[in-house]
Amino acid sequence: MKNRYLVGLIAFGALAVAAYSQSQDAIVLKLTGGEKKKIALPDFRATGAAGALVEAFNKTVFEDIQQSGLFDMAAKSFYPLNPPQQEADLRAGQATCAGRCLSDWAGTPVSAGYLGFGYAAEQGGQFVAFGHLYNTAVADIAGAKVFRKLYNAPLSEEGARKAGHEYAADILAQFGAASLVGSKIYFVSDRTGRGNKEIWVMDFDGSNQSRVTSFNSITTMPAISPDGRRLAFTTYAKGQPQIMMYSTETSRFINFLNPQASMNATPSFTPDGQSVLFSSTISGFSQIYVANQSGGGMKRLSNSRSIEMEAKVNPKTGTEMIFVSGRGGLQQIYRMSLDGADVVRLTNGEGEASNPAWHPDGQHIAFAWTRGYSPGNWNVFLMDVASRETVQLTHGEGKNENPTWAPDGRHLVFSSNRSGRSQIYSMLANGTEVKQLTTQGGNWMPVWSK
Amino acid sequence: MKQRHIALTLLATSLLVFAVGCKKKKPVDTPPPPTPTTSAPKAEKGPAAVINSFTAEPATILRGESATLKWSVANATEVTIDNGIGRVPATGSRQVSPTGNTTYRMMAKGDGGDAISAASVAVTTAPPPPPPPPAPKATISERMARDVQDVFFDYDKMEVREDARAMLQRNADGIKAILNDFPSAVISLEGHCDERGSAEYNLGLGDRRATSVREFLSQIGVPAERLKTISFGKEKPFCSEATEDCYGKNRRVHFVGVQ
Repeated sequence: MKNRYLVGLIAFGALAVAAYSQSQDAIVLKLTGGEKKKIALPDFRATGAAGALVEAFNKTVFEDIQQSGLFDMAAKSFYPLNPPQQEADLRAGQATCAGRCLSDWAGTPVSAGYLGFGYAAEQGGQFVAFGHLYNTAVADIAGAKVFRKLYNAPLSEEGARKAGHEYAADILAQFGAASLVGSKIYFVSDRTGRGNKEIWVMDFDGSNQSRVTSFNSITTMPAISPDGRRLAFTTYAKGQPQIMMYSTETSRFINFLNPQASMNATPSFTPDGQSVLFSSTISGFSQIYVANQSGGGMKRLSNSRSIEMEAKVNPKTGTEMIFVSGRGGLQQIYRMSLDGADVVRLTNGEGEASNPAWHPDGQHIAFAWTRGYSPGNWNVFLMDVASRETVQLTHGEGKNENPTWAPDGRHLVFSSNRSGRSQIYSMLANGTEVKQLTTQGGNWMPVWSK
Repeated sequence: MKQRHIALTLLATSLLVFAVGCKKKKPVDTPPPPTPTTSAPKAEKGPAAVINSFTAEPATILRGESATLKWSVANATEVTIDNGIGRVPATGSRQVSPTGNTTYRMMAKGDGGDAISAASVAVTTAPPPPPPPPAPKATISERMARDVQDVFFDYDKMEVREDARAMLQRNADGIKAILNDFPSAVISLEGHCDERGSAEYNLGLGDRRATSVREFLSQIGVPAERLKTISFGKEKPFCSEATEDCYGKNRRVHFVGVQ
């Protein structure tokens, strides 16, 4: 009797776990794509002035393809010894040709569906890479060719990386994936010291980190307009925390009229870029307001005697927002129409929830939650807003906060103190391909821009 | 070594004795000289007594100080000074410490005639000292540190705690006095939170904590227009350990006087 009860419980538990993990898989599948293709990327070789640079090219291509999360990377140790470098190297119809036949790559142990190969050289004072992509499943060599293309770049390591990014982007484009090359990540760093925080910017892969603000104050909580042209943030540069606006095109500040209040903070842009949502303490409580891009035409959106921050308008509908509120006790994530109707709590009340960020599809959010952990121990979660199903992407590796989406909707950036001080990491929306992007000082609150 | 020890002990002892001696030493009036047991043989109509000099130096003293009477008399059979000095030798000096203006009269008797003289000692008192300088004025930050204490909050709470109410009552007195003494000053109420809530939410929470304190102080008579709030959320913690004790210290409203 007792045994049967136990068996029943176990069976029920197993079913529940299966159902739970299935719903989790469904979210991740939706966001990161279906079955991965296997690809082989034998290193390009080069001589002369390009010889010293080709390693940077190869590394860039490999990392971009790997971090896209679209591919399984065939193990390099299984690669045939003599990969092709150009079209003329390819052979067909032989049982084995040590790498010169596509079948060498399609068959075991490599088992790659796609083969990217090529070479690099110095030509006319430039770094030139000749990149190819072949579908190994097609027997006919001409039919197997997906593309080949020349990439010209300055004869430097940076040039080699640029060529690598472009080649990788062309490969990804064949599978409908947007490349993140050229996208920027804005973030907060205290690396200039003296307790100051400034806004910094870097390339999507962590390269070219440079400082945007220099207030020698606490400047934090950046937001970027959908077109990437305007940056808004919260700064103590003038005493109390206030919002400031900055043009990423002209590198100049844009006037933004703050209402008379002890705090105006956590700005975010509406999907059309024409308005700014923010929190203000005009009423004595931090409440959500909307104004036009210069701060005029202000209107109150939330109405409670509690703390409400981090409002973000749905990028698809433009008619609803998510925000963090303490109206029910500990901070949780809520959704509300911009007209004030239909207030719904999205997180289930367990723990504390913060940092909501809409996926570009307007159906999912990423956020930080302490559910299952003690207060202050944040992890990154995803939620399907319609079903409220959630997926946990980090699992107690330090505090993991402020997830925001990459323009491709498949990657996230977030901050974590898993290796000591808080640093910026990127990862695929299934929690894999975690890559640390910063190392200097403490770094927080990344936002990914076009 | 031992010798040295003894020597040191001796030195110390003698120093002690010397010190004690010094302490006990105070100006004592020298006892009056013994009265002559034999008087000069009486001459038939001898010379008259002559007071060559009788002075007081200095002529003016501060009360408590002393002056010296000096005299020189010739041909006297008996010299006396009044004011309790009595018989003195024909030539001599005497320290006197009168407490008020005093004129000392000298009577010199001689066979051929007497002589009298007088010397005055004026006694002055020091003028009263100027009133003590006003105590150095405490700076506003010293006053704030002395008279105004931080108040603490519960986790995720914006309401003023029961124990904080009593503290705020005391703070209100301190703040009123400070605002009175520093007419252009304002008091900045800094709201702080512990590190566990999100940075964004804590910014709002810190502001609300400061505003709650401002409202409370205003209700008990502190002018609200001179109380300014600023939230630091968890940007400026007072301690950084991940302990309940430190969390509790960081959940505070801190008061800063701004001139």
